[in-house]
Amino acid sequence: MSTPQPHPGAPARTREQVADLHFMDARYKLLDLAAFLDRLDRASGGEDHRVRGLRAALPLLLEKDEGRVAKILNLWSDPSIVPIEKADTKAASGVWPGLK
Amino acid sequence: MRYIEPHGHMVSRTTDDYQAMALAGCAAICEPAFWAGFDRKSADGFYDYFCQLTQHEPKRAARYGLPHYSWLCINPKESEDMALAADVLALIPEFLKAPTVLGIGEIGLNKNTRNEMKVLEQHIALAVQFDQMILVHTPHLEDKRKGTRLIMDCLKANGVVKPERVIIDHVEEHTIRDVLDQGFWAGITLYPESKATPTRAVDMIEAVAAQRVWLNSACDWGHSDPLSVPKAAQEMRRRGHSATAIDNLVYGNPVKFLSQNSRFKAPAAQA
Repeated sequence: MSTPQPHPGAPARTREQVADLHFMDARYKLLDLAAFLDRLDRASGGEDHRVRGLRAALPLLLEKDEGRVAKILNLWSDPSIVPIEKADTKAASGVWPGLK
Repeated sequence: MRYIEPHGHMVSRTTDDYQAMALAGCAAICEPAFWAGFDRKSADGFYDYFCQLTQHEPKRAARYGLPHYSWLCINPKESEDMALAADVLALIPEFLKAPTVLGIGEIGLNKNTRNEMKVLEQHIALAVQFDQMILVHTPHLEDKRKGTRLIMDCLKANGVVKPERVIIDHVEEHTIRDVLDQGFWAGITLYPESKATPTRAVDMIEAVAAQRVWLNSACDWGHSDPLSVPKAAQEMRRRGHSATAIDNLVYGNPVKFLSQNSRFKAPAAQA
């Protein structure tokens, strides 16, 4: 099989250029995440497994290697490899409920 | 700019969406069969749906100058009912004769159950029997990685399916390399929240692959955007990609894959 080929004409760009294009977008998303965590603190009840998964992913943002998105998606994925007998829902929650 | 919407659930969209897509440069639309948001109670419901996909929707699209193609199946969300699945599978050969049907899809898995696997195997066997291309739906969110691997194992186990005639859709950063490494085409679905965004899609194009990949909006009855493919093209443009590179991705790649079925006519060739 042929190896995946990144875009051969992908333009080179500096980190400043990337920031010029995408910093404000990333900034508001980070503030929205912080506001979400604050909102959770003001609410009652135990920790939802989805939020537990979100908190577990936060350290991955600070890793220096590329591939953070794939690492987070893998963290949240069902690690089993065989089909289940029957599902009790049609929906997915976003984080594998068994994640500790 | 011209582009193909290779995976759009237009039965869920308004005529305003057709108009907006045509104005944005859409040159053709392909519509796989999917879940209606509720479980249909009988094969008769699917018969009507297949009539809608193969007869009514092409006429609706034609009013906006858009060729409309379809793919047929019972989707994995309704595959737990094996008797219903068998009845629906029996309907499909009749509709494969329709001139705008491109293959079997979107088949695959939802919660990765044993029954879903059995119905997936039956769909693959049907595609082989009638020499049809395959469009695959991979599961959502935490079920995607496992489901993608099970689906690829199932396709390979069949022994006859040619990977280059199969597109595995809804890939994300943790599945795209496996799909391409095994020789399949990969579809990146652009959703506002639940799959890839236009910016992440362009990152994958730049970092992983720009060949054997298409972009689609899926635009269905949920939170989705029928203009997300041209928005991804705009993201490429503002990052400095050439007009040729953008055209290759949003027009050339889907035309290359879909033209493996002679029923698909590249819109440029129709003029």
